[in-house]
Amino acid sequence: MLHTLSIDELGRRLSLGELSSVELTQHFLARIERLNPSLNAVITPTPEQALSDAAVADRRRAAGDKAPLLGIPLIHKDIFCTDGVRTSCGSRMLDNFIAPYDATVVARLKAAGAVMLGKANMDEFAMGSSNETSYYGPVKNPWDLSKVPGGSSGGSAAAAAARLAAYTTGTDTGGSIRQPAALTGVTGVKPTYGRVSRYGMIAFASSLDQAGVLAESAADAALVLQAMAGFDPLDSTSVDAPVPDYHATLGTPLKGLRLGLLREFFEGLEPRNAALIRDAIEVYTALGATTVEVSLPHLPMSVPTYYVVAPAECSSNLSRFDGVRFGYRCSHPKDLMDLYKRSRGEGFGAEVKRRIMTGTYVLSAGYFDAYYLKAQKVRRLITDDFRAAFAQVDLVIGPTTPTPAFGIGAKMDDPITMYLNDIYTIGANLAGLPGVSMPCGFVDGLPMGLQLIGPHFGEGPLLNAAHQYQQATDWHRRRPSGYE
Amino acid sequence: MMSDWEVVIGLEIHAQLATRSKIFSGSSTAYGAPPNTQANLVDLAYPGVLPVLNAAAVRMAVKFGLAIGAAVAQRSVFARKNYFYPDLPKGYQISQYELPIVSKGSISIVLDDGATKTVGVTRAHLEEDAGKSLHEGLANASGIDLNRAGTPLLEIVSEPDMRSAKEAVAYMKKIHTLVRYLEICDGNMQEGSFRCDANVSVRRRGSEKLGTRAEIKNLNSFRFVEKAIQYETSRQIELIESGGKVVQETRLYDSDKHETRSMRSKEEANDYRYFPDPDLLPVQISTDFIREVASSLPELPDHKAARLARDYALSAYDAGVLSASREIGAYFEDTTARLGAAHAKLAANWVMGELSSALNRDNLDIADSRVGAAALSGLLARIVDATISGKMAKEVFEAMWSEGKDADAVIAAKGLKQITNSGEIEGVIDAVIAANPKQLADYRAGKDKLFGFFVGQVMKATEGKANPAQLNELLKNKLHSGS
Amino acid sequence: MRTRSAPKTVHMSLTRQDVEKIAHLARLEITDQEMPVYVTSLSSIVNFVDELARADTKDTLPMAHPLTGQHQRLRPDAVTEADRHEKYQANAPSVQAGLYVVPRVIE
Repeated sequence: MLHTLSIDELGRRLSLGELSSVELTQHFLARIERLNPSLNAVITPTPEQALSDAAVADRRRAAGDKAPLLGIPLIHKDIFCTDGVRTSCGSRMLDNFIAPYDATVVARLKAAGAVMLGKANMDEFAMGSSNETSYYGPVKNPWDLSKVPGGSSGGSAAAAAARLAAYTTGTDTGGSIRQPAALTGVTGVKPTYGRVSRYGMIAFASSLDQAGVLAESAADAALVLQAMAGFDPLDSTSVDAPVPDYHATLGTPLKGLRLGLLREFFEGLEPRNAALIRDAIEVYTALGATTVEVSLPHLPMSVPTYYVVAPAECSSNLSRFDGVRFGYRCSHPKDLMDLYKRSRGEGFGAEVKRRIMTGTYVLSAGYFDAYYLKAQKVRRLITDDFRAAFAQVDLVIGPTTPTPAFGIGAKMDDPITMYLNDIYTIGANLAGLPGVSMPCGFVDGLPMGLQLIGPHFGEGPLLNAAHQYQQATDWHRRRPSGYE
Repeated sequence: MMSDWEVVIGLEIHAQLATRSKIFSGSSTAYGAPPNTQANLVDLAYPGVLPVLNAAAVRMAVKFGLAIGAAVAQRSVFARKNYFYPDLPKGYQISQYELPIVSKGSISIVLDDGATKTVGVTRAHLEEDAGKSLHEGLANASGIDLNRAGTPLLEIVSEPDMRSAKEAVAYMKKIHTLVRYLEICDGNMQEGSFRCDANVSVRRRGSEKLGTRAEIKNLNSFRFVEKAIQYETSRQIELIESGGKVVQETRLYDSDKHETRSMRSKEEANDYRYFPDPDLLPVQISTDFIREVASSLPELPDHKAARLARDYALSAYDAGVLSASREIGAYFEDTTARLGAAHAKLAANWVMGELSSALNRDNLDIADSRVGAAALSGLLARIVDATISGKMAKEVFEAMWSEGKDADAVIAAKGLKQITNSGEIEGVIDAVIAANPKQLADYRAGKDKLFGFFVGQVMKATEGKANPAQLNELLKNKLHSGS
Repeated sequence: MRTRSAPKTVHMSLTRQDVEKIAHLARLEITDQEMPVYVTSLSSIVNFVDELARADTKDTLPMAHPLTGQHQRLRPDAVTEADRHEKYQANAPSVQAGLYVVPRVIE
């Protein structure tokens, strides 16, 4: 079945002429048509554009182009601006917004020959951990349609899990790639901050946001990340450093790899979750890795830190949505104040408004020192803790989420309960470190994730370790029933 | 009583930096383009766009800092100033807050009585300009043009060191001259490249505490700055003396009514929620860079004025006027070089006098003068060699200005050469004396004033060409000799 | 990881007035019905982040960025943008004679 093949294998068949990109694209478009209604993962399919891009890819291949991603279909999280195609960010505010340009990530993948099938649903403005805040309705987890897929890249994760595309793109600010990847049984990679350009990626929290990929395997993710990564002069926070060949080092033996077991990750970890992580650690020790216990004493403060820094930055980033130049405008504004307040009040959903107000509060006069400034100091303490740990270990290993996927609507009453879903993932965002989540088993019939966190620009070793785990196990090849 | 009171003034000047492109985007900064034709995705604050800093803006800020003897920060940070206004597309302005690029400098100003005073400059920082709101032709609505949004500004903040409207104007003029010298700003106030806000407060003489200040915004001429500050000073004094209190607020100067009035919409105090902009990294400036910029600075106005005064024996006042811009200074020095340094004062008088009047009258910059330094020196040489009188030279100058000819051509064409032949002048004097016996008798009887009559008659008869010094000498002899 | 979960009692809550002020600063219209929900949830969030006060940050510098040791890149001063206002304004809520139209801005 075409949609179960790896990117490598698809590339092989395409180059042998056993398959054309147009055929492959038609296959995925048919899957989307059949399976998306039950998932609500794709909110803007682009079939015409996809087939036209596929035809171009076939022509390029015929002319001798051998790029690894050429002609292979993807779905972009609806946070990436796509020229001429609606880019909603999951919000009523941008429901009518046709982006006039391509994000750098989109342009690079396009140049690599990727075929875009459509835009994926997401939590509104990337704020959420369950994809329940989208203006376009919740996304369902293909493993159990009554459960959330996680968020904010919930549509990307569900689409990857249901194989509606060969891979999907996502963004991760507090765990928004890794957490939904864990809850839907796919592999999700968040790169080092500054590794991938943020230009054209609608900003939530500028010092935390990073674009990444969700795919079936670390090997697939490595190929995609290769094309996405690299310096962009349009992004001042983009790092000018060469991109190593991630694929080339996937097979490096793990003998001598030092895995850090974070005391703070294992404290209070739910027993069945802990058992799966311990099984995974055994796989690694069998492959030659050693384990070292490390402690990041300030890590328990990462969630409160994040919920000061991220809302502060987003409260400012979202001020541009004012009904003046693009996006939603309220009807018949009676004066300027009314234009602002109603366009924003009606255009934004509740969680977004909550975070904007939280951010406004923590930056406001009299509260700045106690909250924003304080949080940035704790952020440095957490980052220093990680740096100290990486002096002793090569990678940190642990869970991705505290629980498997929860029921749609189950956690909507109290924001804090929802925020605590990110406790294992947020630290990496605060410190700007790369992280990956891979499937490592099931609890109550639902997928659970194993997380690896690496040092800055350690994507190579990270993907290598992830790949080796996936060579020794097959959790990542399991399919949700009904979506095989 | 006015003299019981002291006014305390600080100025905030926004100078638009003369870069080709905007501070954070590659859009053009050229003035006068049709609305929104110079506003790209970054300027329009589209979702997903990011700022990238213009190297020239940084260089210009450093130049300014060095020119005022300020500290140039080796590490400075951009901060977001958050507020909602339609001409501010992001809903925040990228500016600098706690760590500006330039801090603690000073400039010296010359007061009317010739005394000098040092005015401190607290800081100068980089920020982006906002767009413009237009109201004509739009019923109950405003039209937003974002061409200007993102133009680089250098905000220059003075210490509250000024104590009169005149001092404030002198400071503003000095900064204006300086930024043009440094070629970092064209200083065009009509086009809005150089804007001034004045912070004005009053206090009883002798008091150490500062009074509540009002901010007067967007004063775009030296005259308006002076008048607005004068009006505001009186307003505050009258208010306090009649039992009222000055409110800290923003006011606008109405140039038709010559008064300041409160700006309604900005009365609520804004909480700008400054925080470092996470889309930009700290700006690092090396000592090598600072050294390189320092070595590229032109001769600065104070230095030029001192040098002109010394080298050309000019008064401090004259030297000051002639160093008001690099172009004026260059013109003067060029003219003097051709004429000879001994005649520097003559050249100075003409540049400050006739030339300036002609430029002002025709609204021209000295660079576009219709009489260049070479041509002017040619004219002045004819005064020096007595071909024509100083008075006649003014007529020649006008002809040179309107016809584009050089001095010799005009003199020849109009036959204006001075008469310096004593015999010739004596002849005319004799004729005039002979034709006016009554005046001669009256003069010899004691009516000294009639000397002027005879001078006038000789000038009339010679069409103004008699050399005045010789005429005076010869006429005196003839009138007193009794022959 | 043992991190403080949602507290049962709120020690320091925001008042309705506080929330109205914040909403105004952020230009968000909150209806009367919505207000109590926001007051509760914002109070809960603020209470949650108050946890930060327990950290000892006496000698710690704030970290605005994970990119330590990096500084701002400078781009050359060149005009690189063409006029695309027709494309950009095609989707705008209200445009007249090339200007973005809003209710009257009172100066």
